[in-house]
Amino acid sequence: METFLEEVNKKINGVPIQRCYHCRKCTAGCPMAMNMEYNPNKIIKMIQNGQRDKVLNSSTIWLCLSCETCITRCPNQVDIARMMDVLRQMAIESGVTAREANILKFHEAFLSGMKFGGRINEPMMMVQYKLKSGDLFSDAMLGLNMFMKGKLALLSPRTKDMKSVRNIFEKTKNS
Amino acid sequence: MKVSYYPGCSLHATGKEYDQSMKAISRALDIELKEVDDWCCCGASSAHSTNFDLSIALSARNLIAAEKDAMDVMVPCAACFNRFKTAEHHLKADKDLKAKIEGVVGAKYQGGIAIRNPIDIIYNDIGIDSLAKKVVKPLTGLKPVSYYGCLLLRPPEVCQFENYENPFMLDKMMKVIGADVRNWSYKTDCCGGSLAISKTAIVVNMCDKLMRAAREADANCVVTACPLCMCNLDMRPSEGLKLPIFYFSELISLAMDLPGSKDTFKSHIFDPQPLLKQLGLV
Repeated sequence: METFLEEVNKKINGVPIQRCYHCRKCTAGCPMAMNMEYNPNKIIKMIQNGQRDKVLNSSTIWLCLSCETCITRCPNQVDIARMMDVLRQMAIESGVTAREANILKFHEAFLSGMKFGGRINEPMMMVQYKLKSGDLFSDAMLGLNMFMKGKLALLSPRTKDMKSVRNIFEKTKNS
Repeated sequence: MKVSYYPGCSLHATGKEYDQSMKAISRALDIELKEVDDWCCCGASSAHSTNFDLSIALSARNLIAAEKDAMDVMVPCAACFNRFKTAEHHLKADKDLKAKIEGVVGAKYQGGIAIRNPIDIIYNDIGIDSLAKKVVKPLTGLKPVSYYGCLLLRPPEVCQFENYENPFMLDKMMKVIGADVRNWSYKTDCCGGSLAISKTAIVVNMCDKLMRAAREADANCVVTACPLCMCNLDMRPSEGLKLPIFYFSELISLAMDLPGSKDTFKSHIFDPQPLLKQLGLV
């Protein structure tokens, strides 16, 4: 049977993460490390230890901003940002409840908006997110202010060939 | 020169100032823009955070659409630029993935056109000297810090942006349009934009840190090339720390005194007009 480490490496399909010599440069430069349950370097160690459940249940994988500072500075080219993408995708596929539920709900609202119009209509995406997250009132004043300044268009041009967009969603849904 | 133009979703909504000013300065700098036919969203963070194949296929669909015009494609939004460069990187490096994605999109990806951000085009193709010659109203008194953020620069082997830890192209552009650009150490720090809606409290702290650093560098505004940074820094910093935030194209347009150059300032959330008035720039 494949170990957790092998599974992650296969999905990253690049530099194997055991090339990490734990210098912690990734963590030193990570703007989110202080808010994370386990820092990025610790996640690598935990994958090496086979701690699948702990990793996929952690807040870290959702809090990663994909700013890519870690991969930029890693002396061994370990693609930690890509590793976080892989871990998020594995968590979703394994049916693990996202520790940072609202972050996943935001992604879902964004992608469902895209499936509808091919392009993101921001007011509609925000309404979707608010309904999914139950966080109805935050940013209401900001939204109103944006609307008054003409930054939020209730109707915006959509992609015409929606069939091609929906086809992409359909064909990648199990990948 | 003539290039394809991929505005992306932001430039039609929250980032409309970027679209308007980019079109205006392109006209003035003899860059003809041809919008990519029937483009769709690049998928941004939400696609790559949850489904790798989806993220590559959405970018591939747009790149294939742009390839029909056989010109380099200008991508002003840093997030779209990053997604396109990432897709190009993977599609060129991995034949199996390329075949799989072409099957998903239903068309062949040639990889023959360059994906370019406007800073690179203006700095390297138009040139800083040509830009200087078009300045009619130098932005004297404006003291911006240039903020590049993440998505134009990283990862470096994908984005191929010059001097990714201490970039200078934007700084030099601001200098030739007469601004007193301030040096600071936060040019490439992340503003937290991708979690601004779902983890607001954390992101407010990140924005505040940047605003404090800009103030310490004696800046009176921030200049950016990313609609996500713009949106985030324009809205999220705490009261008392906020500074006017500009797209670099808005400032170039103002320095060239192009028609409509003052209109885009009206839709900023944090109003930059008092500062510009005080400096006699509007």
